Amino acid sequence: MSVSLRTLNDVVRPPTTAASALATQEYFVNMGPQHPIAHGSLRLVLRLDGETVKEVIPVPGFVHRGIEKMCEHLGPRQIVHLTDRMDYLSALMNNWALAMTVERAAGIAVNERIETIRTLMAELQRLQSHVLWWGVLGMDLGAFTPFLYGFREREVIGEIFEETIGARLTMNYIQPGGLMYDIHPGFARKVKDVARYIRPIIDEYDTLLSGNVILQERLRNIGILSPEKAVALGCTGPVVRASGVPYDLRKVEPYGVYGKAEFDVVVGTVGDCWDRYCVRMEEMRQSLRIIEQLIDNIPEGPHMVVKYGARIRIPEGIHYGQVETARGVFGVTIVSDGKGEAPYRMHFRSPSFNNLWAVTALAPGWRIADLIAIQSSLDLVIPDIDR
Amino acid sequence: MMNLATITSPMDHPYTTTTVSDRAADALCGNLLLSVLYMVIGLVAVAGLVAGLGVVLIYVERKVAGHMQARLGPMRVGPHGIFQTVADTLKLMLKEDIIPAKADKPMHLVAPMLAMAATILMLAVIPYSNNLQIVDLNIGVLYVTAVSGLGVMGILLGGWSSYNKWSLIGAMRAAAQIISYEVSATLALLAVVLFAGTLSLAGIVESQAAGWWIWRAPVVGVVAFLIYITASTAEINRTPFDIPEGESELTAGFHTEYSGLRFSFFFLAEFINMFVVSALAATLFLGGWMPLRIGQFEPFNSIMGLVPPSIWFLAKASLVTFAIMWFRWTFPRLRVDQLMRLEWKILLPIGFVNLALAAVAALFGLYFFSGP
Repeated sequence: MSVSLRTLNDVVRPPTTAASALATQEYFVNMGPQHPIAHGSLRLVLRLDGETVKEVIPVPGFVHRGIEKMCEHLGPRQIVHLTDRMDYLSALMNNWALAMTVERAAGIAVNERIETIRTLMAELQRLQSHVLWWGVLGMDLGAFTPFLYGFREREVIGEIFEETIGARLTMNYIQPGGLMYDIHPGFARKVKDVARYIRPIIDEYDTLLSGNVILQERLRNIGILSPEKAVALGCTGPVVRASGVPYDLRKVEPYGVYGKAEFDVVVGTVGDCWDRYCVRMEEMRQSLRIIEQLIDNIPEGPHMVVKYGARIRIPEGIHYGQVETARGVFGVTIVSDGKGEAPYRMHFRSPSFNNLWAVTALAPGWRIADLIAIQSSLDLVIPDIDR
Repeated sequence: MMNLATITSPMDHPYTTTTVSDRAADALCGNLLLSVLYMVIGLVAVAGLVAGLGVVLIYVERKVAGHMQARLGPMRVGPHGIFQTVADTLKLMLKEDIIPAKADKPMHLVAPMLAMAATILMLAVIPYSNNLQIVDLNIGVLYVTAVSGLGVMGILLGGWSSYNKWSLIGAMRAAAQIISYEVSATLALLAVVLFAGTLSLAGIVESQAAGWWIWRAPVVGVVAFLIYITASTAEINRTPFDIPEGESELTAGFHTEYSGLRFSFFFLAEFINMFVVSALAATLFLGGWMPLRIGQFEPFNSIMGLVPPSIWFLAKASLVTFAIMWFRWTFPRLRVDQLMRLEWKILLPIGFVNLALAAVAALFGLYFFSGP
């Protein structure tokens, strides 16, 4: 079997004559690695005909830290700390994916309390991530104010994390075998306060931005992703659901206590940027719904079922586990040789990586400004792409 | 041969308008030194105005932005951060002035000056008060539309000479946008000119002694005002029409490659343009320095008359400025083609119809207080 690799040099041909009555040329331009839309360091090579995007060639790798390789020298408890640093806006959900995979492989059964708290934390973070996405989308489309409103609510949720966990961004709270710390007595009350506070805030977001005619003009019927294409590209999360594919791991193969909670999988009908916007807006409400159902019924029990410092042995074989993060399916593959704690090979399936390639399918034919809207609606986290 | 006395008749109305240039001209007949003094006063006034407006407007914008965004804005430098702009200006002046290696150096240097010059030229003709105006041109409105078009040259040159594709895209967007929206802005101004019957800005203010054109000209006044505000917001590249410098798309658009003092020239020009647009809107539609009057309701009118004309002007200009800032902190940005569609398919037809209606109304005297 031979594999043909397409390098950037093959792609970036000399510019061809653009379709125009005037003597014009197509041209290439680098969007990034340092560019406001990159939200980090992502390089997109654009082939442009005037304002029209002809081709988008993503060149990721500027935040590559070799996390998968590093994992080959670390035990499961230490790997948790690296999962935080991929999709930092879904840090707890990434922790959970690893913890779940390790627990299944090593045959550790966690109790109901741990699962409930994990679910609550994951939903809080999904909410936090979407709130921030909403603000950033506003900023990308030129309205700076939503950004700060988004941050205001992100802060409120961040305070719960800080109080419970002691960290705000890279929390490594969910460990194989349980939780780093137990929740504090005021946790339930605080979360309920926040839920009560945020529910009207999401309606406020709608009045601030969703109804705005300019925003709708910028999002509606822009970058339509067909369900077939979305599945073919491996898109997950709100991106694939906006295209009308009701694929949500929380429903398809429930983990945690999602099976007990009542919530709807939000799907779009058109698959344009506006659908991706609406899906996330509604997912915030669904997250609140889950939180409100679970917060009063946190069972009693220990918050850790394995002894601290006990070696967790992963039996030989290939183990896979996945969770639905704010961006899509985050999968963890552990190839273990059964010797020692460190896995033989580790692989992460990160949602942003697959969602990124949707931009290559969506952007051609649209304007530069639409590319911004499309990329913003995909909600990419760059360290998650590069790992 | 037109009789000069009928054109300039300062005795016909209660307010007398004497501009700095008039005084200089008068003084020239007798004392050369005095006329030079008046010219110096005029120049210093404009320079002071530019500096003062820049500092105040940038501070106000940041405060307005802060409070709209659920935060306080600058608070550290001086009480309530009032010296923040001064500190920022100092910082910009001390920064290294980078000229890209492949830039077209002379053009790169001239561009910010051009943008600034266009703005300063506009400041000269605005009647700030009944006795405070630097030059009163009898073709004031024409001059304003002509000179405001000069600013696009600075933007175009700056983007072109930077040797940066983002700058070039920004400059091209700016050129297309400013030239397009100038048409609508001018059509809106013409509606007022039809009613006032003069192109002189001081004359237009005086024609509003009985009432402001925004409401005195039935409906067409309001429509012209709204068209003017929309088109001018686009002309000065403010949100929602800030596509030439749309930061999330073009990093910084035409001024991507500018730094230090030269960047601050573009920055300052943008802010002073905002004031100029507000001042013109106030002059043409909101009665300039004329106080608010309600028909024959004399007690109210006399109280309003107590407020000095310059305060009236400042208040009206500030109101419009605030509205333009308000746009910026609440609206997302339009796309290029949507922007063009708004101008050519929506604003321009409305502008033409409005102008035609205004012509009919002016011809038959179909406006309030049309006089004997």
